[in-house]
Amino acid sequence: MAETREYKGIALIRAEPPCGMITLRGGPDAAKGLATAGKRLGVKMPGPLGAELKDDRGLLWMSPDEVLMLCPAEDVPDHLDALRGALKGHHAMAVDTSDMRVRFSVSGAHAREVLAKLCPLDLAPDRFGPGHVRRTRLGQVAAAIWMRGDGAFEVICFRSVGQYVLDLLQVAAAPGSEVHLFSQPVG
Amino acid sequence: MLTFRCPVCGVDAEETELSPGGEAHLKRYGPGSSDEDFSGYLFQRENPRGVHFERWRHAYGCGKWFHAARCTQTLEVFGTYPAQTTEPPQEILDTITKKRPGWTWRELGAK
Repeated sequence: MAETREYKGIALIRAEPPCGMITLRGGPDAAKGLATAGKRLGVKMPGPLGAELKDDRGLLWMSPDEVLMLCPAEDVPDHLDALRGALKGHHAMAVDTSDMRVRFSVSGAHAREVLAKLCPLDLAPDRFGPGHVRRTRLGQVAAAIWMRGDGAFEVICFRSVGQYVLDLLQVAAAPGSEVHLFSQPVG
Repeated sequence: MLTFRCPVCGVDAEETELSPGGEAHLKRYGPGSSDEDFSGYLFQRENPRGVHFERWRHAYGCGKWFHAARCTQTLEVFGTYPAQTTEPPQEILDTITKKRPGWTWRELGAK
């Protein structure tokens, strides 16, 4: 899924080009080493359910002992070297998982609604916004959802179910399928 | 529809985001135990109408296990608590006693 693909319905669905992803896992004893990730990207360590993003890089909170690092693909080897150095001696790991997942973006006025059709989250604007990340169920598969500063949603899922998620998002964004959950019907 | 608050990540997760893990607080009997204890551990499960204690996993979310106390008849949730314990916390037991006076579950509850 290397090429960028787009679909325009009530929201714009894009299959985003690959980016670097590094899975970081470790307990509280490795917190100092894990914090290296934030320093290298110039972002804070995210708290529970938090996303700390800056342009095309950032950290996503995945679970109490797991953080996902997003960065340009070419930066992955350098980050890995630094992180593995920082985590040495701790029961922790930094692994290049760039090829494990695919990434989509959902943007436009009805983006919120398209995702709300597919996952059991409260996506009301005052409950979910930039700075939040949620791992959840999208249709029948696991996915993670967060919001960019520009109001677009980003969705990641395992590569093996990438086509399913793309199809699912396109069906949910079919023209004329607005249910106006978060907006007023026009006319 | 069941909704549990995951004690690990704090999310109010609904049933489809969770995986059930069966009865809670089983004591494992392994090699060297009596046949009776071992078969009890393997096969004997509570199937109450009312108060029940279960293990659940926030499978689509943070991926962690936790415990839940709920009523199988009304689906009322009395509370959730961390997996790292062998018995329910006192506050959960107090909540249940308040809502279901005289309840029992295995050796817990009214004597």
